[in-house]
Amino acid sequence: MKKTFLAAACIALGALSTPALADLPVAIAGPMTGQYASAGDQIRKGAEMAIADINARGGVLGEKLTLEVGDDACDPKQAVSVANTMVNKGIVFMHGHWCSSSTIPASDVYAESDIPMATVSTNPQVTERGLKNVFRIMGRDDQQGLVAGNYLASHFKGKKIAVLDDKSAYGKGLADEIAKAMTAKGAKPVLRESITAGEKDYSGIVTKLKQAGVDVLAYGGYHTEVALILRQAQQAGLKLTVMGGDTMTNSELVTAAGPTADNVMFTFSPDPRKNPDAAPIVEKFRAAKIEPEGYVMYAYAAMQLFEQAATKAKSTKYAALEKAMRGGTFKTVIGDLSFDAKGDQKAPGFVVYQWKDGKYDYAK
Amino acid sequence: MAYALQQLINGLTLGSMYGLIAIGYTMVYGIIGMINFAHGDIFMVSAFIAVTAFTLLAAADVTSVPLALTFVLIVSIFFTSAYGWAVERIAYRPLRGSTRLAPLISAIGMSIFLQNAVQLTQGARVKPIPPVIQGGLEVWSTPEFTVQIGWSQLLIIAVTVVMMVGFTWLITQTPFGRQQRSCEQDRTMASLLGINVDRTISFTFMLGASLAAVAGVMVTVYYGVIDFYIGFLAGIKAFTAAVLGGIGSLPGAMLGGLLIGLIESFWSAYLWAEYKDVATFAILVLVLMLRPSGLLGRPEVEKV
Repeated sequence: MKKTFLAAACIALGALSTPALADLPVAIAGPMTGQYASAGDQIRKGAEMAIADINARGGVLGEKLTLEVGDDACDPKQAVSVANTMVNKGIVFMHGHWCSSSTIPASDVYAESDIPMATVSTNPQVTERGLKNVFRIMGRDDQQGLVAGNYLASHFKGKKIAVLDDKSAYGKGLADEIAKAMTAKGAKPVLRESITAGEKDYSGIVTKLKQAGVDVLAYGGYHTEVALILRQAQQAGLKLTVMGGDTMTNSELVTAAGPTADNVMFTFSPDPRKNPDAAPIVEKFRAAKIEPEGYVMYAYAAMQLFEQAATKAKSTKYAALEKAMRGGTFKTVIGDLSFDAKGDQKAPGFVVYQWKDGKYDYAK
Repeated sequence: MAYALQQLINGLTLGSMYGLIAIGYTMVYGIIGMINFAHGDIFMVSAFIAVTAFTLLAAADVTSVPLALTFVLIVSIFFTSAYGWAVERIAYRPLRGSTRLAPLISAIGMSIFLQNAVQLTQGARVKPIPPVIQGGLEVWSTPEFTVQIGWSQLLIIAVTVVMMVGFTWLITQTPFGRQQRSCEQDRTMASLLGINVDRTISFTFMLGASLAAVAGVMVTVYYGVIDFYIGFLAGIKAFTAAVLGGIGSLPGAMLGGLLIGLIESFWSAYLWAEYKDVATFAILVLVLMLRPSGLLGRPEVEKV
């Protein structure tokens, strides 16, 4: 009698653990709290909208998608524990993480557990370690640095350019590439230094820039520090033009730096909002009172990538999915995506932007 | 030369703020012999109060800068000293007389509590305010470099000097100061002589918190961008300043703060900015090796 009961219990448990509920868990991960929480917010909004749209179309292979959200606060240690949690939740696809320094350790966890991931992290090391599960839907720092460096060398000929970074994996990677590209074009930086992110007082370095007569500051790092540097430069009577990376898309830069934010230029992928094919989706976001800026459309595109790859592979199993992603071309709101052997997006594409009156547009 | 002068001004501004916070550490240590690790976060709370007050003023269309500053200072000092009082009452007083480690741990707990409470209630994003005081004074102009002192920098240095003078007067000339010093020397004896020790300690915490509030308002005015995490780094630096100057000594805390500010700005001016913190703490280690009780500290004499 007892044995039958036990067997029945086992069957019941087994039934529960298989995805018989016809739900496919996919995940996003990034800084949902902490200094860079606004980027996490953009990712979440983009992914939520995409999943709602996909489910309205009937889901993927007949199964509805559910969204798991991981918060790594851009802390590498926390990123690994988020990755483990996500693996335990049985996700079939990950969009994340956001900070390169989080993506790199977390990607090892996903690789061990055979989970494909699409990330917007730009550090070259993300795809340089031979992991088969990592796909990058954004350009790489070395391309970003090249575009920024060439732009500086050609548009600011004869001006004094300094290169700073914040010692982070992302910031230093970008700043090194900008300096390399500039030097190759014959515009050697007059100053190459690092600062500590998270501090408030940068008057020491600002005075140093002023002493060196610097006109243009190329900065590898995040927008918070740029806002502080600009405010303190203004107080010190120094007019600076800043060239940064994709992190400068954050509108928090404008609230924090005020009118001095108009001097900020940055490299970013071509604006998906200007993509004519994406117009209906852009409208849809705006109707929902969400401005599809920054990483919103990338998160949407990542989910489209998963949908199309799984449909093409007729499976959500890792091997089939990975093969489909590597082999195919996918129509997404950020344009056509296809990947090379490393997992990098084939079409590079970084454009120089400039902030103006609280909005950014292609720089002239 | 002009360049060095500019860095001197930067260093003094930064150092004044470290010093104002450091006094809170040193006073509490003087009177109850513990490090109040929540002090850095009291400073952070005061900056948030200041931002709220500035926002309220902007909504009420107050445009006069001196009026706004006075109002914000008063509001911030009032609420922050209430926080200082509450922290002592809740986290330290019940533990008085237990082991030395107990209030230390509860201080760390209080620090984490305040940080998380602010993060949850105010959000994790940075809080900016538009520049309150703009412009400055051209002090000295050479062909290659113009030394400029911002009005906000002048304000910070001036306020710090006023606070220091007032504070020294309070401690050395008033009945409260006398009670405070007697509690510092011998708490049991002071209570036998009819001094309300509990009240004196509460006042000390409130005083420390008010100075942190002044620093909080100044940081808000000068940098214009704050977040829930600013207390950590500022707290560590100010604590270092207190130890460098000799913990327990009030002029020592101010001196330590100024020194750290100057080391930071001169190091990043002439050497590699990325090694600034390494330099600061290396100098701290050196000073403590040569003078274990800090620059102005007196070695503790065990009375038998």
